[in-house]
Amino acid sequence: MNYIKKIYLAIIFLFLYAPIGVLIAQSFNASRYRGHWTGVTLNWYEKLFSDSRIADALSNTLSIGLLSAVIATILGLMTCMALKNLTRKWRATFMSIANVPILNADIVTGISLMLLFMGMGLKLGYVSILLAHIVFNVPYVILCIMPQLMALDKSFYEAALDLGASPFKAFTSVILPELRPSIIAGFLLAFTMSADDFIITHFTKGAGVDTLTTAIYAQLKLGIHPEMYALSTLVFFFVLIFVLLFAINRRKLKKYEEVF
Amino acid sequence: MININARNILLTPFLIWAGLFIFIPLVCIVWYGITDYDGNFSFKNMGLIFERGYLDALKLSIWLALISTVICLLMAYPLCLILTERQRNNSTIISLLFILPLWMNSLLSTMAWQTILEGNGIINQLMRLLGLPTFQMINTEGAIVVGMVYNYLPYMVLPLYIALTKIDRRILEAAQDLGASSWQTFVKIILPLSLPGAVSGITMVFIPALTTFVISALLGGGKLLLIGNIIEQEFTFQYDWHVGCALSVILMIFIILNMLLTTYFDKADAEEDF
Repeated sequence: MNYIKKIYLAIIFLFLYAPIGVLIAQSFNASRYRGHWTGVTLNWYEKLFSDSRIADALSNTLSIGLLSAVIATILGLMTCMALKNLTRKWRATFMSIANVPILNADIVTGISLMLLFMGMGLKLGYVSILLAHIVFNVPYVILCIMPQLMALDKSFYEAALDLGASPFKAFTSVILPELRPSIIAGFLLAFTMSADDFIITHFTKGAGVDTLTTAIYAQLKLGIHPEMYALSTLVFFFVLIFVLLFAINRRKLKKYEEVF
Repeated sequence: MININARNILLTPFLIWAGLFIFIPLVCIVWYGITDYDGNFSFKNMGLIFERGYLDALKLSIWLALISTVICLLMAYPLCLILTERQRNNSTIISLLFILPLWMNSLLSTMAWQTILEGNGIINQLMRLLGLPTFQMINTEGAIVVGMVYNYLPYMVLPLYIALTKIDRRILEAAQDLGASSWQTFVKIILPLSLPGAVSGITMVFIPALTTFVISALLGGGKLLLIGNIIEQEFTFQYDWHVGCALSVILMIFIILNMLLTTYFDKADAEEDF
């Protein structure tokens, strides 16, 4: 039985990583063309750093990702604080409204935001993409923070107030530290969602502004520039190392906690 | 916890945000969908769904989304059961390795399936090496389903996994002590207790699969049109917003039905808690 389980895990593993293996292989392929293997090269990695269009798209992706995640985290946190102090019924109502961008289809969200921005007379470009990303990021942040906030014991906060702390001081020194893990989780989730979004960006972007995903989509018809494979290979290994370090650290922390 | 004034100040940005970026945009879509070019009420554009082969595209989208959802569910259940078992043996690495592919750009990894599935692709080259017959999979419905399952499997795995980890281990032990076989334990305990997770997984997979235009464009070779492709073309090639919005409104009907289904199960779940 254990044998079958291992084989099953291996098959799913193969299914998930086969395309990633293909992409990594392509980043070292001497041929420009997909599927023609003509030898190993590091050419695309060299060219990657001199390609200004990829650099632009990358900096847009990173800055939109960071900005939208920061703003969404602040807005999400404020909303969670307010929602905790509402009655059950109102909280449930507002939560389902907040969830609409997650549950709705990306294509509908993208089109509806495009109509809104054009109706407002906002020129489609960097700002419209940023606004759109904040819109779909807020619910992810709320989803991360709300459960932990609801589980929080409010007597510590009240104790802080009784001991003379201002509400703001009590918030920053009692509630915020408690919520830190879920705030970080919400922020990271928001950043990831923003960096990987294509459909909503596709509808809310204007000519001349590209994120990585829309730049890749534009290249699809004429063939992807292999520099893109090189870039995503680098990103993948960067995240892999980050995740492994995190996992190792956590294991060490756990052991440490067990000792004391 | 905080006074009503502070609460209302904190709530205001959310209300403005929800009104401006959720409610008004949806009103815009519906408005465009049910008016004609002169701004008069008309269901003419909504009626177009029955013409120009749009209904076929919608039927194909529903069919492929259903198949993909079922495959995701069938793949995710055993996977999550194995993972929850392993989790108790304290190996977070395996779970992390299943989340990691999410950080690869989804457009590129979907593209990579082209290289794997195409006529001269990796699978067919392997088949030739082994002397087995080759097959044509790229630009077929099968290829689109592979792309959907690949892209949306994590959305099924995550809620299901969370639901499964919440099941009290002692209930399973009690079932075993009372003589239930592992199949009986699965059908009578694990399945009903993880149902809310499965339902939210189903909606999380079904909606993006139903409405995608990217996967069909990449793996369907531009010949197989889903409803998402048609809507996208109305905006980027035809510039006919009214038709595009009318078709989006029809999609929204499916989305709302799906949301109602989830809230129904959520409610059932919440009531069980008390």
